[in-house]
Amino acid sequence: MKRLLLFLPLAIFILMGAFFLRGLELDPSARESALIGQPLPDFRLPTLENPQRYISKADLQGQVVLLNVWGSWCPSCYQEHPSLLKAAHEYQIPVIGLNYKDEEAAAKVYLQKQGNPYAFNLVEREGERKLAFDLGVYGAPETFIVDAQGVVRYHLAGVLTDAILQQEILPKVRQWQN
Amino acid sequence: MKPQRKQRLIWIGALVIAVAFAAGLTLYALRANINLFYTPTQIAAGEAPLDREIRAGGMVVDGSVKRADDRLYVEFAVTDYQENVVISYDKILPDLFREGQGIVAIGRLNEEGKLVASQVLAKHDENYMPPEVADALAAAEQAKQAATANP
Amino acid sequence: MWISILPELGHYALILALCFALVQSSLPLWGTYRRQAFWMAFAQPMALGQFFFLSVSLLLLSLSFLLDDFSVAYIANNSNSALPWYYKISAVWGSHEGSLLLWLWILAAWTAAVGIFSRALPRDLLAQVLAVMGWIAVGFGLFVLLTSNPFARLLPDAPLEGGDLNPLLQDIGLILHPPMLYMGYVGFSVAFAFAIAALLNGRLDAAWARWSRPWTSAAWAFLTIGIALGSWWAYYELGWGGWWFWDPVENASLMPWLVGTALMHSLAVTEKRGVFKSWTVLLAIFAFSLSLLGTFLVRSGVLTSVHAFASDPERGYFILVFLALVVGGSLFLYALKAPAVKSHVSYSLLSKEMLLLVNNILLVVICVTVLLGTIYPLILDALGLGKISVGPPYFNALFVPLTSLLCIALGIGPLVNWRTMARKQLVQRIWLAGAVALGLGMALPWVYGGEWNLYVALGGLLAVWLVGTQVRDLLHKTRHAKQGRLQALKGLGLSYWGMQLGHLGVALCVVGVTLVSNYSAEKDVRMEVGQSIQVGDYFFRFEGIRQVQGPNYTSDQGVLLRVSEDNQVISTLLPEKRLYLARRQVMTEAAIEWGLMEDIYVAMGEPLPDGAWAIRIHYKPFVRWLWIGGLVMALGGLLAVADKRYRQANPVQA
Repeated sequence: MKRLLLFLPLAIFILMGAFFLRGLELDPSARESALIGQPLPDFRLPTLENPQRYISKADLQGQVVLLNVWGSWCPSCYQEHPSLLKAAHEYQIPVIGLNYKDEEAAAKVYLQKQGNPYAFNLVEREGERKLAFDLGVYGAPETFIVDAQGVVRYHLAGVLTDAILQQEILPKVRQWQN
Repeated sequence: MKPQRKQRLIWIGALVIAVAFAAGLTLYALRANINLFYTPTQIAAGEAPLDREIRAGGMVVDGSVKRADDRLYVEFAVTDYQENVVISYDKILPDLFREGQGIVAIGRLNEEGKLVASQVLAKHDENYMPPEVADALAAAEQAKQAATANP
Repeated sequence: MWISILPELGHYALILALCFALVQSSLPLWGTYRRQAFWMAFAQPMALGQFFFLSVSLLLLSLSFLLDDFSVAYIANNSNSALPWYYKISAVWGSHEGSLLLWLWILAAWTAAVGIFSRALPRDLLAQVLAVMGWIAVGFGLFVLLTSNPFARLLPDAPLEGGDLNPLLQDIGLILHPPMLYMGYVGFSVAFAFAIAALLNGRLDAAWARWSRPWTSAAWAFLTIGIALGSWWAYYELGWGGWWFWDPVENASLMPWLVGTALMHSLAVTEKRGVFKSWTVLLAIFAFSLSLLGTFLVRSGVLTSVHAFASDPERGYFILVFLALVVGGSLFLYALKAPAVKSHVSYSLLSKEMLLLVNNILLVVICVTVLLGTIYPLILDALGLGKISVGPPYFNALFVPLTSLLCIALGIGPLVNWRTMARKQLVQRIWLAGAVALGLGMALPWVYGGEWNLYVALGGLLAVWLVGTQVRDLLHKTRHAKQGRLQALKGLGLSYWGMQLGHLGVALCVVGVTLVSNYSAEKDVRMEVGQSIQVGDYFFRFEGIRQVQGPNYTSDQGVLLRVSEDNQVISTLLPEKRLYLARRQVMTEAAIEWGLMEDIYVAMGEPLPDGAWAIRIHYKPFVRWLWIGGLVMALGGLLAVADKRYRQANPVQA
């Protein structure tokens, strides 16, 4: 009887452990984006490269593109930058940048120093309808695959690594290209 | 009574009293002091209570932040992309409060369905999305999809 | 050339340290099993070797930080060439990967210290203790290498500039806080290892308690300093003027502290009287388990917290498995081997044993309520019952009455004799302190605040009670002094003074908590240039904003004058709103005019139309007493460690 009582702490711990396990499974950061299969929201935004040139959703259609949300303030963006360069230069995937909550001067310096994988970069100025908001972006980096019809096919919140590029993004892009 | 037995009795007695006391107090305190989270959709549907503190959150709607001219009063709307809730606040907003940012507010709903916040939380990390907000967005999206699938 | 391979060398040293830990965790145990001194003798050199290579590893990571090697992912994410050098060093433990390396290094340091200072231990016990610590080192070493390698490279396209250290962490508080906290967390691994070793060989005796005591007290002292520093840092850096938020991360450090406090006292009983043995062992296991649990809660992302680390479910699973092995394994061992036999030592209802038991029960109950409040949201979420948060009112509602009870017992404890005592004798010893406490406590709210306040009266009563009983105890201890009381005080021994200081620290904290919680004034206001405002008894005038340039930030500095009633300038407060350039992150730097009796605390909010600013002004009476109390407690712990009776070559077997 007494010996059984000594098992009580163990039992309580096991119960707690079960809750912790469940808690890990419920981690909301692992959620799938609700946007997948939905058309990309409409937008009309100027580019970083040429403030007079406005790009809208129609300009993207007809090709499968990677839409990458980034900012020069974002440490993880530095980390994923090499993979983006690889995607653009080695695998010839068009990469569109969405410069997010950034200052344009800092963004330009970033691209000069780090190399520029982007076909062009959309910027969101004060008072303009914001694409990032419509996409439900809450941080950077985030990456979307948008197919030739303008439908979002894939979403990644967090750092794009070489492994993700090769194992997930590349096959998906090739799949939607055909 | 033998001292051995008496000692054990004291042990058990003390333990039982302490545990009962603590358990009672804990349950009472837990019941009185937990704040449930409601999404903007739930609030719009009238599911949230008016008489106690709740937490509500979502993305701050672009262009919705309105300040008073003469005092520290601010109103803004948060959304889960389905419904909006207006939140009012009369203290200093956190450093990372911005339009388009996910936030959570603690406060009471008033009769007009406006949340009078006593606290607004935004984390010190650009990559942060309060998990409740993330869940609220996902739930709203699912509801939307279910609605379009079964008209 | 050699500079470019520093991270690889560091990585290599880390792997070597893990190998040493593997040997340290296995061969000595084999030796104790086979009773062969040859294998047992591996323990100490392996512990030292592990410590050496982890030191090399940590040093090389620090060097790489100083040299701005942004090809290392961890450095690219947490440093910047414009960062001042001292923050480059503290950035080493500024985020997940590096802080784990620090954790590991501190574990190795404790292990090496046990190896060096415990020469007097029986050889097999020492071998077992070091082996247990070796297991922990292996577990955490694998964790670092497999999931959180701080030396991982960003090659071939290394960034030219780093993303900078989180501005919140660019502060003296953060240079000191984590190392102290980890010294405490990890320090409990020594008591844990002693407990496991004692369970393994079935020698739970007074000698075991005596060996554990100084290590436990040392770890506890460091944890106390760590918590106090953390609270101080949160107070001035987060810009809310709060000193304790009941955030999961804070609770994660408070829980091992509570159980560690219980353990210190329970070890005293086990050493002096040979009772509470299984209970003490259980506490030793809990203290360290709660340290590990804290690590899990903070790093896995299962709980939301203001300052959680970047969460990663993979890491969460790893720690959970590790937690299951360490805690589950040791509790299983406990269930099998803890002595179920009653010890044949008796004590009465009124005895030091009993009072210490009450202390233990209260501390554990407080810990359980904190634990419940912390993980309750997780439990409800796991059961699908909704997303809730448990707010400070819950914790306050429980913490205040329970700690009050604890303080009452704390006053009586030192005055009671071991074994038994006549009630009349006890009453004689405590009635005066009790009466004075009651009187002064009742008077305090009237004198200080001018009106009745139950909580202030309670706080005042408890603080006076604690100090009063302490003085009574000093008088009692020196009552037979022939050569004068002062002389007798000197002869009282360091561990006695340690206890007195520890308890005095509690009294100081009680004063601080009571007054700052009840008499703080706070105002969030909109201020235009030239405008004046009154908060409490103080007047402030806003002079405007000026631009200030820092090494890696620009700042809007507000100039706020504290003025007397007739508009004479008394002092100038310079709160800042900083924009850290690399992360484009805005930070509030509060301006604090501090004093022993009160702090005036000013933080800037946001700019408002027409050049006005939102400004938050706090008046915080006696807030410093909290941290001073914490430091006094810690000093008490360290004094107790320094007592010479722990350093006798051959401790007398009791």
